[in-house]
Amino acid sequence: MSKIIVYVEQRDGTAGRASLEALGAAASLGAEVIAVVFGAGSASIALSAARTVALEGEQYSPDALAADIAAVANEEAANAVFCASTGAGRDLAPRVAALMDCPCFSDCTAVAADGESIAYTRPTLAGKLIANIKSTANAVATLRRNCFEAAEGESAVVAARPASTDFKALLVEIAEKTGGKLDVSEAPIIVSGGRGMKDPSNFKLIEDLAAAFGNAAVGASRAVVDAGWRPHSEQVGQTGKTVAPQLYFAIGISGAIQHVAGMKTSKVIVAINKDPDAAIFKLADYGIVGDAMEIVPALTEAVKGALADA
Amino acid sequence: MPLAHLLSYAISGDPPAPNDMNIVACIKRVPATETQPRIAPDGKGMDHSTTEYMLSFYDEIALEEAIRTKEAVGGEVTALTLGPAEATKEIRDCLARGADKGCLLTDAEWYARDTRTTAKALSAQVSAIGADVVFCGRQATDRDNAAVGQMMATYLGWACVTDVIEFSLDGTKGSAMRESEHGIETYTFELPAVITCQKGLNEPRYAGLKGIMAAKKKPIEEVDPELVDNMTEVLGVELPPARPEGRIIGEGTAAIPALLEALRTEAKVF
Repeated sequence: MSKIIVYVEQRDGTAGRASLEALGAAASLGAEVIAVVFGAGSASIALSAARTVALEGEQYSPDALAADIAAVANEEAANAVFCASTGAGRDLAPRVAALMDCPCFSDCTAVAADGESIAYTRPTLAGKLIANIKSTANAVATLRRNCFEAAEGESAVVAARPASTDFKALLVEIAEKTGGKLDVSEAPIIVSGGRGMKDPSNFKLIEDLAAAFGNAAVGASRAVVDAGWRPHSEQVGQTGKTVAPQLYFAIGISGAIQHVAGMKTSKVIVAINKDPDAAIFKLADYGIVGDAMEIVPALTEAVKGALADA
Repeated sequence: MPLAHLLSYAISGDPPAPNDMNIVACIKRVPATETQPRIAPDGKGMDHSTTEYMLSFYDEIALEEAIRTKEAVGGEVTALTLGPAEATKEIRDCLARGADKGCLLTDAEWYARDTRTTAKALSAQVSAIGADVVFCGRQATDRDNAAVGQMMATYLGWACVTDVIEFSLDGTKGSAMRESEHGIETYTFELPAVITCQKGLNEPRYAGLKGIMAAKKKPIEEVDPELVDNMTEVLGVELPPARPEGRIIGEGTAAIPALLEALRTEAKVF
């Protein structure tokens, strides 16, 4: 049976959803799962794993943490290390891979037992091609959100140990996001606007629709980010973020291949565009043809009404 | 420190500039962004026979930051890649924008190399060059692994900050900001370091005519790299499944009730 180390991200004693999905992915392979958590409060987290190793430390350094994770993997003679495909997970995983001297497979969307080994499925070329790969030795993988069943439950054994303090790069400050704004990579609903919004000020309409849902993030096409209308953190597509929310609104977005590559695995896509021949309508589950300046405010009111009735 | 500076110190007696840096920008030749890939006959990769190539998008940002660092503190920029003989085209592009020299780890099979093999070959060359700081794109726009920068740093035993949107140096002390889901993180570190560059860090310059002419005279060193065997085995590649045909619900605001009804009862996402 294979043995998999899963690095579980936690904040204030709560494990991240994407990390619980990584635990679920490891369990689905029938592997013995060992969770590794870092930081204050990590020893009290209950996780679905055979054992949890809690690394107790105050200061965050990706190189020191990677060394700790690789040390656990080596002690346990693990075959694989999984991380969530988050900002932190994607930063750490390649470092762990180098320390284990094995390849790193990023942003995997499926894993499967392949004899004694593990087969990984991952999109390349921003999702234009899907590769199935495996390692001839160990592997480190990051797993994309919303692709695996989360595993919840209680870990029987927690072993706490001090985290490494041999830092190269050290996190000295986090300017937290204000106003509880959701990031496009996390939100279950994304409302994206493109050039068809005509003017940066009209993104107020997009923000209002996102706010009406309550759990939606604002997204943007490359054209409006390059034009300086919206910050890069909102860009969805080949040179922005790849997203797969439950519901994606493409508003005033024509459907250029670079944008589509970043959002076409969304569960449901709604397009609003005044051009009935726009490429986005070929991709969208539901389309409305018309002027976004009229449709979006009305849709916002309708969503508010529907949610108030629910 | 470059030999030339030690020599000038010996001759003039002036101390060498403390921040005179040996800077490397790691770049990659990748299929053009617009590429619609076709699968090769063996089913294990993309068909490269008709592919157009370009400098990977994020590597333009890495090169720009390398040049700006040189402009700020002095030094020399080497554009380094693992690639086929044809990758001299992408290196020349970097030279035209302001890199001083190029280094090509010649490898006709560059496309098949995995993250580990690539990171080992590049980090060995970074050591040979004696770099103080290495800038990489946050990911290559073909494989999208976003792994080689961190792996190089780890093999070298260097500091590394990824997805960087702001970078500064004060002597050998560096500071870099990266964006995560939680906000903007600031890291501090000592050189040597690998920095992987995210969009927003800078606006890459274009090559001007003068730069293009000057690039022709700049040196490109071709190195036959030591490559360890891949540990990655490709089982197969496929095109993503097509989405089922959608439908236009209607025109204008009149279509809104039907949309909400469909989202609620049919798609069950709202």
